[in-house]
Amino acid sequence: MKVICKNISMGYTTQNGPIEALKDVNFEVGEQEFICVLGPSGCGKTTLLKIIAGLLKPTDGQVIYKGEKSTNPLNSVVFQEHGIFPWLNVIDNVSFGLEMRGIKKEERYEISRKFIRKFGLARFEKNYPHELSVGMKQRVGLARAFVNGPEILLMDEPFAALDAQTKLILQEELLRIWKEHKKSVIYITHDIEEAILLGDRVIVMTQRPGRVKKDVPINLGRPRSIETENSEEFTSLKIDIWNLIKEEVYISIGA
Amino acid sequence: MRLSSRAESFFVLISPTIVIIFWEIVVRIGYVEPLFFPPPTLVLATLIELVKTGELQPHVFISLKRIFFGFLLGVIPGLILGLIMGWSRSVRIFFDPLISATYPIPKIALLPLIMLIFGIGEMSKIVLIAIGCFFVVLINSMAGVMSINKIYFEVAENYGASKYQIFKKIVLTGSLPMIFTGLRLALGLSLILVVAAEMVSANQGLGAMIWKAWETLRTENLYVGIIIIAFLGLLSTSILKRVERKLMPWGRT
Repeated sequence: MKVICKNISMGYTTQNGPIEALKDVNFEVGEQEFICVLGPSGCGKTTLLKIIAGLLKPTDGQVIYKGEKSTNPLNSVVFQEHGIFPWLNVIDNVSFGLEMRGIKKEERYEISRKFIRKFGLARFEKNYPHELSVGMKQRVGLARAFVNGPEILLMDEPFAALDAQTKLILQEELLRIWKEHKKSVIYITHDIEEAILLGDRVIVMTQRPGRVKKDVPINLGRPRSIETENSEEFTSLKIDIWNLIKEEVYISIGA
Repeated sequence: MRLSSRAESFFVLISPTIVIIFWEIVVRIGYVEPLFFPPPTLVLATLIELVKTGELQPHVFISLKRIFFGFLLGVIPGLILGLIMGWSRSVRIFFDPLISATYPIPKIALLPLIMLIFGIGEMSKIVLIAIGCFFVVLINSMAGVMSINKIYFEVAENYGASKYQIFKKIVLTGSLPMIFTGLRLALGLSLILVVAAEMVSANQGLGAMIWKAWETLRTENLYVGIIIIAFLGLLSTSILKRVERKLMPWGRT
């Protein structure tokens, strides 16, 4: 299934007057494509993701899901840090989407266990989130999205709160499992290296109001791993993208 | 210094035991007027006596009955309205002026009015307790829902939860810690209100028993009443804690 963002604009009013968060955002996500949306903080990335997820209505423009009709949910979001329910144990968190669709307990547990194993959570099935590390919690969030079997996965800086090492491990895990299931992904991040490591394309956003500054194809072979980050191509991409985003960051920090 | 849990459960008994022994001694040697502070052994003997003659049980039973019905009558609507007010901004804005204006009234001040309306029988006591419970449970469950991180509602919506599922899985479950805080406060308040109401207008019940003991200067009966009330408070709180642990295996966060 393809996702097309067409002329998306978003504004809202705050106590300090109206804010224009997004302006005329246009891009497409092809089937089985991994897209990273990269931008300085406060550029409306999360707002964009929520619009694509259908959680927010844009003031203008539309999100079009194009492709064969299926019974799968259109999208599932992997939220930032606090996205998993503290009052559900790991397996009930992971099978949440299936439960909401009325799938019987035995069946949804069976489907969930496959992903619980893939994400290395088998020993923690009955544990509650407060007993898990931050990395483990994000694994639960990822597993919950994959189990739901959506047409497209939407990820909102899922690894932003992790330490560097855990982040690397989870990035590799995500790539491995994504390759197995070949889903389309829109991945929001402010981390340039992460965007290059994960994405088929990196969409660089401007400072607020967020627009697409440039759509950068990442022609690095797969599978990618930490070694990829040492290659010359990676470094030159990193510099190119840094040059694109640098002035936006300057504006955002008021320099 | 850290104690093992067994040593700890023994340790907590030390200070009350010392106080009781000290009390007994100072009364026995005549330093303290036994009319005000009857010796603990006498209070204990009176307690046993009152149980044996069957005098105590009806008092306890009728107070418990009033608390039980008043509690239920207040908690159920308080919980429902509190959850809905926490969930829906418009319902909250609609009801908030009424709640804010009536909540600070000390509920005991309403007793005469309630007796005027419901008579001096059982109903007025039950209604008084119900009103008290209603407010604390309402306020706490509303605060409970409002303290739920907004992200959980977004997750539920994104994963296809219906309104009913959101209510059950997010609103109700997410506010359980605060609901239990409200229930605990409501239980404590029920005990206060039942005793107050019974002191004013009842022939039976723990409040009436204490009042009668005061009128006849039978201080040891008065102490028995106080001890039973304290015990009921402890017992109900510990039962509630058990229910809480059962319903909230993820613990308080």
